[in-house]
Amino acid sequence: MSQEMTGSEIVLRALVDQGVDTVFGYPGGAVLPIYDALHVQNSIRHILVRQEGGAVHAAEGYARSTGKVGVVLVTSGPGATNAVTGLTDALMDSVPVVCLTGQVPTHLIGNDAFQEADTTGITRPCTKHNYLVKDIDGLAQTVHEAFYVARSGRPGPVVIDLPKDILQGKGSYAPPSVNGHRSYKPKRKGDIDRIEEAAAAMAQAERPLFYCGGGVINAGPKASHLLTELVKLTGFPCTLTLMGLGALPASSKQFLGMVGMHGTYESNLAMHHCDLMINIGARFDDRVTGKLDEFAPHSKKIHVDIDPSSINKNVRADIPIVGDAAHVIEDLTKVWKARQYRADRKKLDAWWAQIDEWRGRDCLKYKPSDTLIKPQYALERLRELTRGRDDVFVTTEVGQHQMWAAQFLPFEKPNHWMTSGGLGTMGYGLPAAMGVQVAHPDALVIDVAGEASVLMNIQEMSTVAQYRLPVKIFILNNEYMGMVRQWQELLHGGRYSESYMDSLPDFVKLAESFGAVGLRAEKPEDVDGVIEEMIAVDKAVIADILVDKAENCFPMIPSGAAHHKMLLGPEDQADNPVSEEGMVLV
Amino acid sequence: MTERHVIAVLVDNEPGVLARVIGLFSGRGYNIESLTVSEVDAEAGLSRINVVTIGTPMIIEQIKNQLDRLVPVHSVRDLTEEGPHVETELALLKVAGQGDKRVEALRIADIFGAKVDDTTLESFIFRLDGQTEKIDRFIGLMKPLGLIEVARTGAVAISRGKEGI
Repeated sequence: MSQEMTGSEIVLRALVDQGVDTVFGYPGGAVLPIYDALHVQNSIRHILVRQEGGAVHAAEGYARSTGKVGVVLVTSGPGATNAVTGLTDALMDSVPVVCLTGQVPTHLIGNDAFQEADTTGITRPCTKHNYLVKDIDGLAQTVHEAFYVARSGRPGPVVIDLPKDILQGKGSYAPPSVNGHRSYKPKRKGDIDRIEEAAAAMAQAERPLFYCGGGVINAGPKASHLLTELVKLTGFPCTLTLMGLGALPASSKQFLGMVGMHGTYESNLAMHHCDLMINIGARFDDRVTGKLDEFAPHSKKIHVDIDPSSINKNVRADIPIVGDAAHVIEDLTKVWKARQYRADRKKLDAWWAQIDEWRGRDCLKYKPSDTLIKPQYALERLRELTRGRDDVFVTTEVGQHQMWAAQFLPFEKPNHWMTSGGLGTMGYGLPAAMGVQVAHPDALVIDVAGEASVLMNIQEMSTVAQYRLPVKIFILNNEYMGMVRQWQELLHGGRYSESYMDSLPDFVKLAESFGAVGLRAEKPEDVDGVIEEMIAVDKAVIADILVDKAENCFPMIPSGAAHHKMLLGPEDQADNPVSEEGMVLV
Repeated sequence: MTERHVIAVLVDNEPGVLARVIGLFSGRGYNIESLTVSEVDAEAGLSRINVVTIGTPMIIEQIKNQLDRLVPVHSVRDLTEEGPHVETELALLKVAGQGDKRVEALRIADIFGAKVDDTTLESFIFRLDGQTEKIDRFIGLMKPLGLIEVARTGAVAISRGKEGI
């Protein structure tokens, strides 16, 4: 056994042994011992955020862009409660995060002590697992286990609540053990009989469609590579969810664009009319399925997911396969080749002809303007002026700008697109971009933002300044909570209740006050110059792009409607009032 | 169509594990008809939770999958689906009364095979085990005879045959 160490030293040693090089955090009374131990070591870099919520999103950005576990360190009470939104976000989007929270000393737990909160109680439903450490003997093992749980199976956030007396006490360190977990053993290899069945169904399909999601990204870059190969091999069309963008290169001719509420016309109609849906790592989220009882009515469904509880939750799978996306795609490819399966060329060609007809609608087109900056135009220019670079990472806030970014920006590789999908957390993009930039110091990291969302975590500009992170905050500023306004237009007779952003800051001056560069585009002809300067300057930039305030995000499947009832533009909107059933949905 | 299922869950006997299970049911809107929990293997540190739930086949499948992915859960077994099993629950009933009602209560208790665990001159405590419906019937009969209080364990169940969980 090794010599005695303090609890704090044990924690840091365990982090190092888990390969941690960066921690995002904010100190406070209960975690002072860890901060003291951090002060006298050089293995772990601490990034001081300005609010604990920012720390979790930063750790998410770090995790999603590297594939590693993101680590957060916050104090007890408000430190922990501020982290709750980020933890929920990480749970919904399956992001591996370990969050260390301080806690009052064990003898005070339950006494309503200063800065005490029932952290394990509060975070139980918003973490994959959590621990309250009450005995220093199990401390090292708990940290190791937390990392195992966070990254294994369907990844997710794990909280370790650390009472101050444990951090200050003395104990011995135990290195990570090679044995797996006592009870948590997620299945990685898919059942081969089912995979055979899936391959046979694929060979017989007339109108097949790959529908892939974040599970492919989470299975590592190899999974995206294997998916790209399989898509090529079969010749089938492929659509991706918001979380899955980058799993297949956007430049692939077989990529139909994003699926779902603001997905492309061709993707959604292909979903509706396919006769075989091959879902790999997506979870039939309501943003994707629309009206469930009219969802893809003619199709047989293969569903590959590492989380058995995702299968048959919303949509019944005909061929369920529990396993890791990379393993299953690999086996599926092997079977396809070994059995010398081939798509029925004639039928597949007819299917492609139909898809090309849908593509011909050019659903992302918008009415250009000479006087107003259309948000789509701004993103098109961003796309063109960053084309060819392979070091571009994009994060977003939540709302219209997020959907436009998903529609208009091309993702060629996994792990380059970080957005809050499941929880839809406004304020995600700026701290997430910080996390990405910390992990990739020389990359071009752009937070595509709305002026409302970005204000939710604008305090992180101070972190950006402190660590000289050259993140680019590209605000599509329409002076509205755009998506709220769009829904109010669609559902509430255009009564824009409280969705107007009054008293906005001068974003240029705001940037300057944090030592960053502030730029503004007011007319279409300003856009290129602003983007070029934003990229060229080796500093953090806020680019305030004043866009058309009335622009709505299309295509759109109104809530409660099926895929084939998409609205392609403002003209459709007037003809298709939302059903009462749809009004209730979010 | 909803179905009643008895599910046995083997879990690590650690703080918070019951809260995880209950939180799962309430958070996702599943029903709990009854739930019992107790340590069953002190050496291995394992507890068994027996939960009776009602739901559509799709919901029941969800419940099992959701339970199974909780980290401290070792195994989830749907006894109803798996076939023959023995199911029982225990109830204590306090019945107060005098005269004919008291005599009748005792007579019915005898018919049901309930034991008298305690008595005063004005009350009985009956102990009855058996199927949930049997206990429901007994409680129904005791109501007009001076039923004061009921304590029930909820169902526990175990599968038939030589295989274990």
